[in-house]
Amino acid sequence: MTRSASNHSLHVGRWLGWTLATLLPLGFILLFFVWPVVSLVATGLTNDGQLDLSGIPEVFGDARTWQVIGQTILQAVGSTVISLLLGLPAAYVLYRLDFPGRAFLRGFLTVPFVLPTVVVGTAFTALLGPGGPLEWLGLDRSFVAIIIALAFFNVTVVARTVGGFWARLDDSAAMAARVMGAGRVRAWLTVTFPALVPALASAAALVFLFSSTSFGIVLILGGREFANVETEIYRLTVQFLDLRSAAVLSLAQFVIVGLALTVSARLRSSGERAVELRAEAPQGQREKRPGIADLPALVMFGATVLILHALPILTLLGRSLRAADGSWSFGNYAALFSSADLPIEGTVLESIWLSLRISCVAAAIAMFLGVLIALVLSRRPGSDVLRRGMSLFDGLVMLPLGVSAVTLGFGLLLTMNKPLGIGFDLRTSVALIPIAQALVALPLVVRTLLPVLRSIDQRLRFAATSLGASPLAVLRTIDLPMVGRSAGLALGFAFAASLGEFGATSFLVRPGEQTLPVVIAQLIGHQAPGSYGAGLAGAVVLGALTAAVMLVADRLRADRIGSEFRGEF
Amino acid sequence: MTHIHARARRAMFAPIVFVAAVSLALSGCSTDSQAGATEKDSKKVTLVVHDSFPNKEFAAAASKATGYDVKVISAGDGGELTNKLVLTKGAPIADAFFGVDNTFASRVVDNDVVEAYVPAGLPKSAADYAFDNKGSLTPVDVGATCINIDTGWFKDRGIAEPQNYEDLTAPKYRDLTVLLDPTASSTGASFLTGTVSEFGEDGFADYWQKLVDNGARIEQGWTEAYNGQFTKGGGDGTKPIVVSYSSSPAFTTNDDGTATTTKALLDTCSNQIEYAGVLAGATNQAGAKAVLDYLVSSEFQETIPDAMYMYPMDAEVKLPANWAEFAPMPTKGQLHDLPSAKIEQGREGWLRTLSDKIGL
Repeated sequence: MTRSASNHSLHVGRWLGWTLATLLPLGFILLFFVWPVVSLVATGLTNDGQLDLSGIPEVFGDARTWQVIGQTILQAVGSTVISLLLGLPAAYVLYRLDFPGRAFLRGFLTVPFVLPTVVVGTAFTALLGPGGPLEWLGLDRSFVAIIIALAFFNVTVVARTVGGFWARLDDSAAMAARVMGAGRVRAWLTVTFPALVPALASAAALVFLFSSTSFGIVLILGGREFANVETEIYRLTVQFLDLRSAAVLSLAQFVIVGLALTVSARLRSSGERAVELRAEAPQGQREKRPGIADLPALVMFGATVLILHALPILTLLGRSLRAADGSWSFGNYAALFSSADLPIEGTVLESIWLSLRISCVAAAIAMFLGVLIALVLSRRPGSDVLRRGMSLFDGLVMLPLGVSAVTLGFGLLLTMNKPLGIGFDLRTSVALIPIAQALVALPLVVRTLLPVLRSIDQRLRFAATSLGASPLAVLRTIDLPMVGRSAGLALGFAFAASLGEFGATSFLVRPGEQTLPVVIAQLIGHQAPGSYGAGLAGAVVLGALTAAVMLVADRLRADRIGSEFRGEF
Repeated sequence: MTHIHARARRAMFAPIVFVAAVSLALSGCSTDSQAGATEKDSKKVTLVVHDSFPNKEFAAAASKATGYDVKVISAGDGGELTNKLVLTKGAPIADAFFGVDNTFASRVVDNDVVEAYVPAGLPKSAADYAFDNKGSLTPVDVGATCINIDTGWFKDRGIAEPQNYEDLTAPKYRDLTVLLDPTASSTGASFLTGTVSEFGEDGFADYWQKLVDNGARIEQGWTEAYNGQFTKGGGDGTKPIVVSYSSSPAFTTNDDGTATTTKALLDTCSNQIEYAGVLAGATNQAGAKAVLDYLVSSEFQETIPDAMYMYPMDAEVKLPANWAEFAPMPTKGQLHDLPSAKIEQGREGWLRTLSDKIGL
């Protein structure tokens, strides 16, 4: 074989490899996400097969629509501001200070992120409502209660995103400012804070995205007065079968989510550039022991953990340990093992086991596709067209985070009747559950892996290639080891996200297979004696499982200082 | 050179192999648990139900009784189930369904989702709950949404118990009531129907206004209201009056089951009838009919109170002892009901009126 022929087949092989790596995940997203969502929206916007857009001016002419859109934006902005204010001290304490129990606290803070919203909503009502320990604040049924509950979920996002970035920040400029006579506060405000801005902005965009599409919390704590676009789509679809109005609101949601994603991508890429300007992981810079000067941050963080996170979780824990007559007992936990008395099929234990198995499959799908996507997106092609295509692809991967579970669930129902010539009705198959969960977990996997891959110096790859390494050898010796470093964390996130996934799963037609979150929702909504208590115990188990998964995932991270989150979630 | 090729091929095919393996694994585990019936398999019949149905027990018992291989799939609460049936019209997800209640019954019939069928051995008492005289839908069980009260709470304070709708607007019951948002909860919608039946389409909104003026709290769903706010709901609630079911008092009995701590006000009830039906275009029509026959058989009707916390439609079936004592059904004269067609026609307008008036 001649040299040029081997070069040629190498080139073709590489081209084929990348095309395949792009097409596989793209096909998955188009088939299981884009097609169903577009189909449902199209159903709402057609009338007897004819495109009928008259619903758009009609729905936007309704004052209620603007009230809902306004509420969505107000709530998302409010929650973003609170999450940033509380998340910044948390990021500092968890990622810049060294103290015993830090790993546990990092794990604990991920629990809120995956707790079933119906349980959290009930816990917050118990806390702020009539007879609750914080009733005197007068926050029950208020806008403030909603944004505090949203912050409960999102402070973690800020702490993780900003903290990972902060841990890698080179201190020398701040040190220099101190040496030149700037006070601690001034040095922080003029040197450290501006450096953190890209990470803060990127975290803000994510929190805005999560908050603007929040469903359970807004439905329970907000009611109709504080409804957002997501809960309104739910009501229009599930209660009224008004697909036309729901479709128009879905379009409004696409616009809001699209804007949040665009802003987030912009801020992220500027953040990545900023990191590249700095040296790699600061040499010899270590987290310090907390000192007197750290007291304000520690107090803020302590208050956040105790009041915002621990209090609702302890309320939940306390209730799960009390019998119906108010006495302390483990009866609710014992009920998880028995098949009698509870209005569900089998035992809660069986649904835990089922959830774990489904999450394994979902996490495997999400990891496999996520690694491919991250590898593709970490390339820096010379051509403008390719670059633009890649940023579109990036946005597409993120979309499942921002589209209503009702829209996806009903869309899957419309489209998955023996799709692509598959011999069986996928709509009523258990296979659809891990597929939907993988869609939800996919953005988290990509967002965890991508920054690590992007931080690889491009020159390293060029050098390897010019020394004769094949593209596959480059992948194997440079990229994959880097992926391996954060794979544990990504896998943990994927697993935890699908373990706690409720929205999409509950809207699928389930063949008698109830996952743990679905069972919890059923139990706490049932009048059978002991059902509510068992549901709360199940919620505690779900939270504990998730915390355990995240703690292990945090430990699996090979290099403890270097491959933290950096400016991305 | 060749080894590079080999490796490249392996690397390229690995994902395909992986995806194939996953889909095989999934379809493998789905063939024994999934539902979609193939045309060839005439012994297989699929029933789609709402969330509170004993799927596995039913599948086993119905398979034995009918000789068919009965599969059961869940499709959300009553409203969600209804909408899914309407959306999949033409390519139904099952052969038969159960769990559409009288609030939504007209929606499935008007959209031509059902095939009329009158089950063999339909009990006489079913006539009381018939949807129409064509047998479009088959009534299977019935429940009632009623105001529930914590009797001990009123006794301890020496306050007379409320009796009817009007009482709840009286000053002595101020700030004691928890209602359900009828736009978000089907139980709440059922209570709304009762008030429309009592006060008429012109008067119900005034009544709700009076309730709210009297400090009634409106929760999103039954869980938040009963378990979160009601004094006997297992949580730390503070309100002794709540919208729930006529069967609820059977679940608040003391340990030896001799007394209950709550009571349903039987003059504030409206019926929730749950229907089953054969889906138009079902692959296994005969099987679907057999499943409906089983749903109205006394063997299944007897299990309804314990499994679904509803009353069997068959009046001949004996209720469990504590139900007969603590959870009697409201009598016909006590009920505040409306025909399903009228509910479907009026519901959206009532909800709109209500949200204009009291800002729901």
